[in-house]
Amino acid sequence: MNWISNYVRPKLRALVGAKNETPENLWTKCPKCEQMLFMRDLERNHYVCTNCDHHLRMSAEQRLKFLFDEGQYKEIDLPEAQNDPLKFKDTKRYSDRLKTYRDKTKNMDAVRIATGTISDEKLVVCAFDFNFMGGSMGIVVGESIVRAAEEALRIKKPLLIITASGGARMQEGAFSLMQMPKSMVAVEMMKNAGLPYLVLLTDPTTGGVSASFAMAGDIAIAEPEAMIGFAGRRVIEETIREKLPDNFQTAEHLLEHGMIDMVVHRHELRAKLSRILRLLNQRHA
Amino acid sequence: MLLDFEKPITELDQKIHELSQMSSDGKIDILQDISNLQKKRDKLLHEVYENLTPFQKVQIARHTDRPHFKDYIKHMTSDFVEMSGDRLFGEDAAIIGGLARINDRTVMIMGHEKGSDIDSRLKHNFGMPLPEGYRKAQRLMRLAEQYQIPIVTIVDTAGAYPGMGAEERGQSEAIAKSIETCLSVSVPIVSIIIGEGGSGGAIAIATGNKVMMLEHAIYSVISPEGCASILWRSRDKKEEAAEAQKLTAQDLKRLDIIDQIIPEPLGGAHRDVKKTILNVKAALNKELDSLTKLSGSALKNQRAKKYLQMGKKT
Repeated sequence: MNWISNYVRPKLRALVGAKNETPENLWTKCPKCEQMLFMRDLERNHYVCTNCDHHLRMSAEQRLKFLFDEGQYKEIDLPEAQNDPLKFKDTKRYSDRLKTYRDKTKNMDAVRIATGTISDEKLVVCAFDFNFMGGSMGIVVGESIVRAAEEALRIKKPLLIITASGGARMQEGAFSLMQMPKSMVAVEMMKNAGLPYLVLLTDPTTGGVSASFAMAGDIAIAEPEAMIGFAGRRVIEETIREKLPDNFQTAEHLLEHGMIDMVVHRHELRAKLSRILRLLNQRHA
Repeated sequence: MLLDFEKPITELDQKIHELSQMSSDGKIDILQDISNLQKKRDKLLHEVYENLTPFQKVQIARHTDRPHFKDYIKHMTSDFVEMSGDRLFGEDAAIIGGLARINDRTVMIMGHEKGSDIDSRLKHNFGMPLPEGYRKAQRLMRLAEQYQIPIVTIVDTAGAYPGMGAEERGQSEAIAKSIETCLSVSVPIVSIIIGEGGSGGAIAIATGNKVMMLEHAIYSVISPEGCASILWRSRDKKEEAAEAQKLTAQDLKRLDIIDQIIPEPLGGAHRDVKKTILNVKAALNKELDSLTKLSGSALKNQRAKKYLQMGKKT
């Protein structure tokens, strides 16, 4: 019934995954084929399993470095916003959780905004970081999407949002819900200005994030096998009292049902994006 | 439907009922007793409803005797013409909509319908829409814009339906586009949360120029049960979750997430359906009077500004 319920599983996975990113960890295990992978090989392969081709999750920083020419980009500070508007506390204070994740990811919230070029085509990128509270969307994330769109408008260049999110951030209550219309205002700003708004959907993209700006891109690209959907798998299975097929809510499944434009292998992503950007850039020539 | 915290009130109601049947022979001392009991009951009702916990509000918001969309159509509008289908795939009765008149003004009215008995609940899928429901809503909003008539949305849902077909036909896209449509139409949108404002399934049609809530309605990003099971790892913590979520109309008004609270009769909307709807009608008319004076671009700007503001540093 609630699309955030799938939050638990990815979060646990993120905790396990987090260990893989420490540089002293020389080996990691592919979450799909469970093959032991040498970290340096994995990095060189852009976090695609060298054994089974599974696309592992990337942090926002890894994304930006991978995507932009020569790994060079200019990062834009995240906007300030109300930090803990509800003074929320579950088993732990939200303010303490925020602090932990800020220390862990060296970032203020679950996205990074940057400008740079892909094959010399300039654009603004807003990349989600699943390591920061499951990439959940609270006020700062909503504000960041607006900030990224404003920057795109200012330099008159396309905006690419790379999603990786379990959905809304529960600890900000209805404020997180209100980021859905806020993000859609940003999308409208891009559309009204005639500037391209592209989305790259990565694993996972669900809940309030998928039900707002993520599914409103002019062109929707997804990574292979990425889990994309509104409700969590477990919630659906409990509702319909049936087991879902394995490929349900995968990028390939969405492609088949006409919900996205293309599924692109990470190794071909830069080339594909550069082609799209060039086509759109030369449309008036 | 009997709520646990209303039990003492119901017991008094029963006693009053019994006594009034006995009093048909006109004995004065019994009439006095009845009047005393009624006073006692009103006082108790006051006390209970003044001190509701957030989770008790959740229970009231979900009360099956609360007025639903169809009751509002019946008591608040005239000449309702229901319009069906999304023209793409199907018809979803979890969202009903159409043209109607409210005080000599033609409006496009739409909202979630939960149903009021087993048959109608099944028919309306308990008010949990499929993508078709949201696409119908978008179609009707565009029509309202074409005819330049204001839009009224009545919100009452536990959330969008989490099903296989719903996912395959793009529940996410349907909600996203619904929000986008709300933001981009050049006519006024007034949204009223009459019971449950359940997350994305609610905001899809509640992105209005003015958003009002009934006194005991709730509005949240996830149900307290869902929130408890994720953050506390136990559904039993739903009371605590409801408290932490700040999902009552009073909290949301204080946080500037909604614009106005519409009062309910003493003891909640389920005790006096007509009175509740009259209150809603009065509040709605007032908003429509002022919003219909604004230009299309002013309305769009007001909505964009309103949502850009949510949670900004004060």
